[in-house]
Amino acid sequence: MTIPVLRAESLVKRFGGFTAVDDVSFELMPGGSLGIVGESGSGKTTTARILAGLEQPTSGTVTLAGRALEGDSRRARRQRAGRLQMIFQDPYGSFDPRQSIARSIAEPMRLHAPGTRKEHRARVAELLDQVGLSSRVGEALPRDLSGGQRQRAAIARALGMAPRVLVLDEAVAALDVSIQAQILTLLDELRRETGISYVFVGHDLAVVRYITDTAIVMRHGRVVERGETERVLRAPQHPYTRLLLDSIPSPDWDLERVARDRRALDPR
Amino acid sequence: MLAKTTEAATHRDALGITGLSLAIGTGADTVPLLAGVTVRVGRGETVGLVGESGSGKSLTARSALGMLPRGARTTGTVTAGGVDVLGAGRRELRDLRRTRVSMIFQDPRASINPVRRVGDYLTEGLRARGVSAHAAGEKALDLLGQVGIRDPLGALRRFPHEFSGGMLQRVMIAGALSTEPELLLADEPTTALDVTTQAEVVGLLKDMQRAHGTGMLFVTHDLDLAAAICDRVYVMYAGRIVEEAAGSALFGAPAHPYTRALLEASPSVHGDRAVIKAIRGRPLALAESPPGCSFRDRCPLADDACAGAVPAHRRHGASTAACLRPEQVTP
Amino acid sequence: MTLTIPALRARSARRRRRRPLGLVLAAAFLLAVTLTGLLAPVLAPRSPDATSLLDSLAPPGTAGHLLGTDSTGRDVLSRLMYGARLSLIAPLGVVLLSGTAGTVLGLLAARAGGWVDAVLSRGMDIVFSFPSLLLAMLVVAVSGPGLLAPICALAVGYTPFVGRVVRSAAMQEGARPYMESYRVMGFGEPWVAVRHLLPNILPMLVAQSALAFGYALTDLAALSYLGLGVRPPAADWGSMISQAQSAILQGAPWSGLIPGLAVLLTVVSVNVLGEHLGGSIGRKREGA
Repeated sequence: MTIPVLRAESLVKRFGGFTAVDDVSFELMPGGSLGIVGESGSGKTTTARILAGLEQPTSGTVTLAGRALEGDSRRARRQRAGRLQMIFQDPYGSFDPRQSIARSIAEPMRLHAPGTRKEHRARVAELLDQVGLSSRVGEALPRDLSGGQRQRAAIARALGMAPRVLVLDEAVAALDVSIQAQILTLLDELRRETGISYVFVGHDLAVVRYITDTAIVMRHGRVVERGETERVLRAPQHPYTRLLLDSIPSPDWDLERVARDRRALDPR
Repeated sequence: MLAKTTEAATHRDALGITGLSLAIGTGADTVPLLAGVTVRVGRGETVGLVGESGSGKSLTARSALGMLPRGARTTGTVTAGGVDVLGAGRRELRDLRRTRVSMIFQDPRASINPVRRVGDYLTEGLRARGVSAHAAGEKALDLLGQVGIRDPLGALRRFPHEFSGGMLQRVMIAGALSTEPELLLADEPTTALDVTTQAEVVGLLKDMQRAHGTGMLFVTHDLDLAAAICDRVYVMYAGRIVEEAAGSALFGAPAHPYTRALLEASPSVHGDRAVIKAIRGRPLALAESPPGCSFRDRCPLADDACAGAVPAHRRHGASTAACLRPEQVTP
Repeated sequence: MTLTIPALRARSARRRRRRPLGLVLAAAFLLAVTLTGLLAPVLAPRSPDATSLLDSLAPPGTAGHLLGTDSTGRDVLSRLMYGARLSLIAPLGVVLLSGTAGTVLGLLAARAGGWVDAVLSRGMDIVFSFPSLLLAMLVVAVSGPGLLAPICALAVGYTPFVGRVVRSAAMQEGARPYMESYRVMGFGEPWVAVRHLLPNILPMLVAQSALAFGYALTDLAALSYLGLGVRPPAADWGSMISQAQSAILQGAPWSGLIPGLAVLLTVVSVNVLGEHLGGSIGRKREGA
């Protein structure tokens, strides 16, 4: 039996008196893809930030590749960074505006994978190619790229550190439909080719369905439903999951049913 | 102005945009933004305007209020609520915005003055029309009740930051409908909201629209949403309308390759898990698009004939599409 | 709709390249002043300290004294040229010292946060509320006249002027997602602050330093005017104005007006240039 590459156990995060994440646990198998679904205030983004080390959990543990992650020392940060990387929603904001794309990709590589300048340059070219960007794009500044190109570049930069797990926080939410499809197919390809695992945080159930195998549904900081993504979407057990599903516009959209779902969820 | 209004009264539409082209800059610096856009919204009708970034959908909606970029030069006509918008003076435009056409925006927080109470916001437009303070207050109270705000009396005294995004968008809708407009322009009104809130707000918009007989132009990037709530949908690409279809027909029988490509690129929660097909390249603005059909660089059906001229709109089934061969899109 | 299409960007780029006349004039003036100061021994028609009571208070345009003479008959043009040296070097020293200290303290406050920020910020507020000129005068009163003491005193006084702005800019920039992305990539705080944060707030730092330069020049001129700055016979523009007081009463205002004008034009030029430099670095970063 394989062991999970990522395991979160009873994560709790409190901000003052407010509990943003409340007893959240999940496992992610190597090469797997886990969706964390929820709306704003569900705690899904805080969970992702805990995984990435941007927040320290109030209690609970994260185990990455068999090793428990603790503390926020520079050493701990570096170790975590080599195994887990994160892609943010806003691909523009996640680059230093003054650095060329190639330099931005090479910089973390120098920290995590020692090598000569020449080796790094070759690796950058390889990565750009892998995510479907030309070397000319590598010379450009972030502002000269389109949203889709920037997100590709962010993926290339993350891959340069050879992580086992990629946390994608609403990574395609800001993109146009046609570009979103390009990034989704790219992510699909990368997972098949490299065996990397994804934690995909999102609100769009259609996208989550496409990109994940298993999913947890979060509401008010708690996991309300979990299971195979197809099962969760086909046969939702929790009324909140049903509300989420019925809220998605479709040709036979029934707003009455949405209202009914909502009453079932919060009788008042 | 009076003559103009009576002349247009025979026109039954809430909004009529005909052959609108728009460019900014002069000489070599001219940047075209819209070309030959024709959009019609009947009284009480819901019409979708769908497109990706740079398609010109927001610009088209704004033109209905005469809100054009600085230095814009236009050809074509825009008639909103019986007023010739492009020919109208400043006073007429102000009058139009105040009484006959309202707009709601994507981010309610950005479009409401944060230091004024919700009550002031709602009564402002009415007071400007000469409604008494008392009557305006009554009306605002009534509207807040209609849009489903609990404790409307208390809400009048609260500030925008005391509301959630969804609740604030309800307030905006109440404000937009306070003047009983003929036309409501909704520019991505639910994009910033959660899915469940979106469903509520859309339901509310539809109810209010039915109750008041308002025509609505619903601008969105979400094809599913447009198809779900609109009587008719216009699909825009690179500053042009490329397809006009009944909302219900959009999914079953797309007539333009771009519409079909968008559908194939969107994953779905319904039906079997299907592969998505990405469209190569990125959405273009009018100024960057190639001569002939703007979509031809990204189109699987394109050939040399598509480069010749911008394809005219032709009927295909229940739709019209600006494509030389719509029959190959949906046989 | 946001107009971010490349065609528009190219257009505004073309427009940007036309430099405003004011900027060209400011740069040319500063260049001229700097060169004059550097080459004063070569360019100056006379010794700046050579007195000649016979020629005292000659008006501008007098043969051999292009800008006239002061009450002891010293050539105003020559003194102006030599005076440029101290008048520029001293405020430059103030700016370098206060800029460095302000940047370090501002960055530290912004990135450390918590009590470090509280202590540093309140400390800077206290210094800021104390008039720098007064501080400099007190220091000079203790140490005696000379340039080094007022330069250091003004540097201390100006540190919050830079530091507070650096802190707020660093906080704003630090909230941008790319700063977090560097943390996720495992970089340490000093690396991120020096390699990424600092270059991105540089435009603002440059603009603020230019302002500080202008203020320092005026403050130092004031100190010299009060007789607390350079020791005679060495000249800077402030002491020239000071020594011209009696001449003004005698109806010969030029020996005071001319150095006064030099101070004014230099301060304005530095501000214009600083604003533009700050702006152009910012634009390069942000794009259109």
